[in-house]
Amino acid sequence: MVKQLKTIKADFPILDQKVNDEQLVYLDNAATTQKPKAVVEALDHYYYHDNANVHRGVHTLAERATEQFEAARQKVADFINAGDKKNILFTRGTTQSLNWIAASYGEATIHEGDEIVISYMEHHSNLVPWQQLALRKKAVLKYIGMNEDGTLDMADAKKQITDKTKIVSIAHVSNVLGVVNPIKQLASIAHQHGAIMVGDGAQSVPHMPIDVQDLDVDFYAFSGHKMLGPTGIGVLYGKTSLLEAMPPIEFGGEMIDFVDLYESSWKELPWKFEAGTPDISGAIGLGAAIDYLSEIGMDQIEKHEQDIVNYVLPKLLAIDDLEIYGPKDPSKHTGVIAFNLKGLHPHDLATALDMEGVAVRAGHHCAQPLMKYLNVPATARASFYFYNDSNDADRLVDAILAAKEFFKHGTV
Amino acid sequence: MALSKLDNLYRQVILDHSEHPHHHGHLSDATNDIELRNPTCGDVLQLQIQMDDDDRIKDIAFSGSGCTISQASASMMTDAVLGKKAQEADDMVEVFSELIVGDKSVDTDVLGDAAVLEGVKQFPARIKCAMLAWKALHKALAADDHVAKVASLHARDPKEDNVNDRD
Repeated sequence: MVKQLKTIKADFPILDQKVNDEQLVYLDNAATTQKPKAVVEALDHYYYHDNANVHRGVHTLAERATEQFEAARQKVADFINAGDKKNILFTRGTTQSLNWIAASYGEATIHEGDEIVISYMEHHSNLVPWQQLALRKKAVLKYIGMNEDGTLDMADAKKQITDKTKIVSIAHVSNVLGVVNPIKQLASIAHQHGAIMVGDGAQSVPHMPIDVQDLDVDFYAFSGHKMLGPTGIGVLYGKTSLLEAMPPIEFGGEMIDFVDLYESSWKELPWKFEAGTPDISGAIGLGAAIDYLSEIGMDQIEKHEQDIVNYVLPKLLAIDDLEIYGPKDPSKHTGVIAFNLKGLHPHDLATALDMEGVAVRAGHHCAQPLMKYLNVPATARASFYFYNDSNDADRLVDAILAAKEFFKHGTV
Repeated sequence: MALSKLDNLYRQVILDHSEHPHHHGHLSDATNDIELRNPTCGDVLQLQIQMDDDDRIKDIAFSGSGCTISQASASMMTDAVLGKKAQEADDMVEVFSELIVGDKSVDTDVLGDAAVLEGVKQFPARIKCAMLAWKALHKALAADDHVAKVASLHARDPKEDNVNDRD
């Protein structure tokens, strides 16, 4: 490990500030992460020195922009062991990636009576595209249940996935419960029934080493901004045979091979899906983010976050009246921790934590069916990243205790 | 201590209304009925009104789930508008809206307890919570053609987009 996790906060200038007169503790990383100087400087450098459109100019700047844009694609491919950069499509984010699969692969392959299998813990972005596809095609949308501790019920998965199932799409890591779902095992079950496996990697790729070939997923989607990159850039990985068979979703410049008055042909992978000028700076910024993460090492990041969970989860569980969702066993829980203080709406709790400088999310986390399943209207959620430390964890625990005291007495 | 700032938001009267909300429940003879949601935080508010022949709010009740601010605001709103003519009640929505998101000074006497919610102004993320019940009232009244000032109310609150009704 080249970078020391202890000194890493210095790379994130935004973390060094006071909010509401308190030192900021940023624990909303599942929503979006902060950006290190290296990423912001990469964007700066691109716009100050190399900005041009890609794939269409013969001049020097166009050449540089294209080279950096495609180098970023290669970095993404290496980062998730995609095998080849033609398997990496740049999108706007996880949501667009998943919508593309539903709109292209789904539209072409799903017929009346076919099954699409997801789970109760899916983010709306891995739920609504399938729900709408199922409605359009008169297909059947099925949900895999959960065990009491919030882990996926694999016995139920084996029941729900049948020979009628065409698509299985599951979050690799839940954005509420913090559980890691056994994607490799699910892919194996899906394949035994002739279905394809889609992995929603929005909460996994930023936090652990990912090898899409080892997982044997057919598609895998994730976002740049949840892994230090800029907003507006995301990734869709797909297996070659599937991407080649899929029709493009959007048409226009950049994606064409040859255009005639009454017909056109498409570029080869990956460009056939990328119509119009892409988010060039976003891709370059994502490439810089991957360089930064790789320098630390995803193994180290995963271990550091697990250490924080091992430290903070027992402290949270020890707070009377604090309900924790998902597994109580730290070894089964990632750095996404959802909770509620009994008798207090999470919005009130989040405002109190904000006054203590601790930024957490409160709401339904784009997972309304899961909230219904848990029988809560909403939860608060703290989500850690590798730049957080045990001091941040202590600040969270202290702030919750202070909030509890405040609302018990109606004053401080 | 940082939480002392919370006193501006969570005044005792607000906590009391939230804990023991007034007019909480359902009406059997409602003439106007509406459900409003705040999809960003999951709050749901059902508001029922019974108008009498004289166009007055004869009875009012709310139910649903939400945070301290939205529940207290709903309770205070029902206290304030009970017995009022539809137009008077809708004018009160305007006054409350101006108090929370506007920049003009307003005479808040008409609002009763609800005037203490002015503290919400310092917590922009919570304005939607305070406005939910009042928007519901406005929509419930408008639905019956009593008033139609939707545009002016909306124009003042950029966060309005996030509050949807389901009817």
